[in-house]
Amino acid sequence: MKKGTARVAFAALAIAFGGPAFAQQAYPNQSITVIVPYAPGGNTDVVGRLVTEQMSNILGEKMVIENVAGAGGTTGSMRGSRARPDGYTLLVGQMGTHAASVGLYPNLGYDPVNDFEHIGQLSDTPIGILVRKNFPAKDLQSFVAMVKAAPDKFNNGHGGVGSTSHVSCLFFTSLIGARSPMVAYRGSGPAFNDLLSAQYDFLCDQIPHTVEHVKAGGVRMLAVAIPDRSDALPDVPTTIEAGLPQFQASGWNALFAPKGTPRPIVDTLNAALRKALEHPGTKGKLEMIGAIPPRAENRTPEGLRNFVRSEIDKWVPIMKAANIDPPK
Amino acid sequence: METLSQVVSMLFGTPLIPAALIGLVWGVIGGAMPGLSASVTMALVLPFTYALDPMSAIVLLASVYIGAEYGGSIPAILIRTPGTNSAAATVIDGFELKKQGRAGEALGISLWSGVVGSLFGLAMLIVFTEPLSRFALAFKPMSYCALGVLGLSIIASLSGGSLLKGLAAALVGMMIATIGIDPLSGVNRFTFDLPDLLGGVKPIMVMIGLFAVAELMRQSGGVDLATQAATSVRIVFPSFPMMKRLAKPQGIGCGVGLVEGLLPGGGGSVAAFFSYNEAKRWSRHPEEFGKGSVEGVAAPEAANNTVASSSLIPLLSFGIPGSNSAAVLLGGLLIHGLIPGPRLFEQNGDVVMGLYVGSFVATLAQIPIGLLILPLCMWLVNRPRHVLAAFVFMLVLSGVYSINGSYLDIAMVMSFGLIGWLMLKNDYPFLPAVLGVVLGPIVESNYRRSLLLSGGEHSIFLEDPIAVGFLITAALFIGFSLYRERRDALARKKEKEVNANA
Repeated sequence: MKKGTARVAFAALAIAFGGPAFAQQAYPNQSITVIVPYAPGGNTDVVGRLVTEQMSNILGEKMVIENVAGAGGTTGSMRGSRARPDGYTLLVGQMGTHAASVGLYPNLGYDPVNDFEHIGQLSDTPIGILVRKNFPAKDLQSFVAMVKAAPDKFNNGHGGVGSTSHVSCLFFTSLIGARSPMVAYRGSGPAFNDLLSAQYDFLCDQIPHTVEHVKAGGVRMLAVAIPDRSDALPDVPTTIEAGLPQFQASGWNALFAPKGTPRPIVDTLNAALRKALEHPGTKGKLEMIGAIPPRAENRTPEGLRNFVRSEIDKWVPIMKAANIDPPK
Repeated sequence: METLSQVVSMLFGTPLIPAALIGLVWGVIGGAMPGLSASVTMALVLPFTYALDPMSAIVLLASVYIGAEYGGSIPAILIRTPGTNSAAATVIDGFELKKQGRAGEALGISLWSGVVGSLFGLAMLIVFTEPLSRFALAFKPMSYCALGVLGLSIIASLSGGSLLKGLAAALVGMMIATIGIDPLSGVNRFTFDLPDLLGGVKPIMVMIGLFAVAELMRQSGGVDLATQAATSVRIVFPSFPMMKRLAKPQGIGCGVGLVEGLLPGGGGSVAAFFSYNEAKRWSRHPEEFGKGSVEGVAAPEAANNTVASSSLIPLLSFGIPGSNSAAVLLGGLLIHGLIPGPRLFEQNGDVVMGLYVGSFVATLAQIPIGLLILPLCMWLVNRPRHVLAAFVFMLVLSGVYSINGSYLDIAMVMSFGLIGWLMLKNDYPFLPAVLGVVLGPIVESNYRRSLLLSGGEHSIFLEDPIAVGFLITAALFIGFSLYRERRDALARKKEKEVNANA
């Protein structure tokens, strides 16, 4: 009996002192899992890998990407939101999973603003308006005029319901007040393939994987939807220059932790992220694939939270107005 | 001459050979694990490529792809479990050969055919990238839809005895394929509010259930569990006369694999089934197919290894991957700052060259590495049958669980196993069901996409010469099958009458 009591007392002591002692160990002291909610090789995956590789060097612990694809990225995001909030499971979210999906899925399973601790934005990927190479209109103004003049005539391809290419073109056509049949593909890769072979008329997509083809003349980019011209495609005008300044859109990626992750850990990760984004090698690689480093205000936890909120406010009405069949 | 010295300095001055060998060994192991697809096997090594120079990284990934396409055939032959999607067709005759005690021969043939397929695909990649990439662009949604229809027309010849049962099985397969979010409209179909079903049912789940789990259930119903006929662990590499016999089915496999690799969405499994069917059609011994035909192993194995190289053609020239595995390779290229596209060959010619040389090394290394690994695998499957059955169950279930970490996946594979066992008991053929799962989405989404493009006019199919060609061929196949079925039925009836009169 005495022995038993001693054991219980020892256990209680161990819990009382061992727990805090463990928690006081510097973060991080083991590898960190980073969920990418898409298949390997896509834009989010590549950006996530590029930045976390550098962050691993800074933090001194490996950040390991785990691809959890499915349901437009919402499966992996849900898992990210429900992981243990100890800083050892993070999530790379993006415009689709953390803004557009709010307007698309009535039972999303997570709240992009309140179910996460926001760490910081990883990158911006500008959206460009692309047309098949033999399309008659040579500039944005004449393109807009043609599409408006002939409703339901010009086909608009996209990479699947809720994808960046889908929602950004919905925004575009609603801005100019035009109506175009939508042709869905499974991913923006196959969609872009069919634009290259001129199967349909236009596509709004993130520019990284299109840059080489625009340069080689396989497709034509009429404008990029960002304030300044892209370094990767300096000859393409911005939508402001081309006369449609309201059309501002970019895909973005950002790092999230589950709700309840301690603030010091969020700060440590945020500092590492900001340092990684300043690293010349990482910055250079991001710019080479046509991504741009995020604005300074979005690199802080509060800045990212506000940005996510503003993106939801921006995209949800567009999704609602388009009246897409929500996944039930 | 300059190129030759460049190749030599690459071989001996860079870590290209170790990268190719390590990649190959890992690929064979990953490919042989049921559930680990070629693309997942590649994704698992992706993080390790950061530390490497771009050339070694790409060679490593490409070698994993080659190894995995080959490795998938090992469990297909030995334990009736396709290690990867594209090894499903190899199960048919590979496992029959194993049952006849000819596993060593089947493994040797699949090894040799994999090497032939890889070499052919690589040659096409090196010599004809430019014209072949243009061919890939000629394929429109209408062409893909018609290609899928042509694929479904194979059902007739894969149905074994009854065409009706074959069609029923195919229908079940196509219905399974509709589960998940519809990619065109975003509507959920048959998901029963289960988030795990939103992404759809992966074909490999259906294959593992129908092939492996059903077979384990059948075996456990047998009385001879404890006995095990001792078979040799020796690998029989094909002799010269055998190589000559295999040349035709391998040629068919290479041709089909080349075309499928160029087309995004097709991938190795479609190529394997197509080439199996064509090899049967053009064979001098079509009656052996399904009962342990060596040609039935050679054709699909040559095809899926050709895809491993030919899917790099659209990847390198457009940045558009022809298969999931090529998509992982795309990630590897981008991480190392290499942007695929028309200018890759000018700007990073050395890396492309390294990729060719490394793939060549990995292709040839398949033979010695295969000969080293295979006897071990054969030893494993020659353990007492009750031990083996438990081991296979463990291997299959842990493999399935490892894909998504989902218990629902395990429940699904077990359910497909039960369905497979019921099909087995009632003489329903599996292959049409598998074909339905693979081809259903290709036909459906491209059919609807074509109609979206045309504004609902079916005449769009007649405007595409490739689609017209495929559809006519499919009609001929089906007509011929129906004619043969009718002729056989009449012959049987006549025979009965003669017997009755006698």
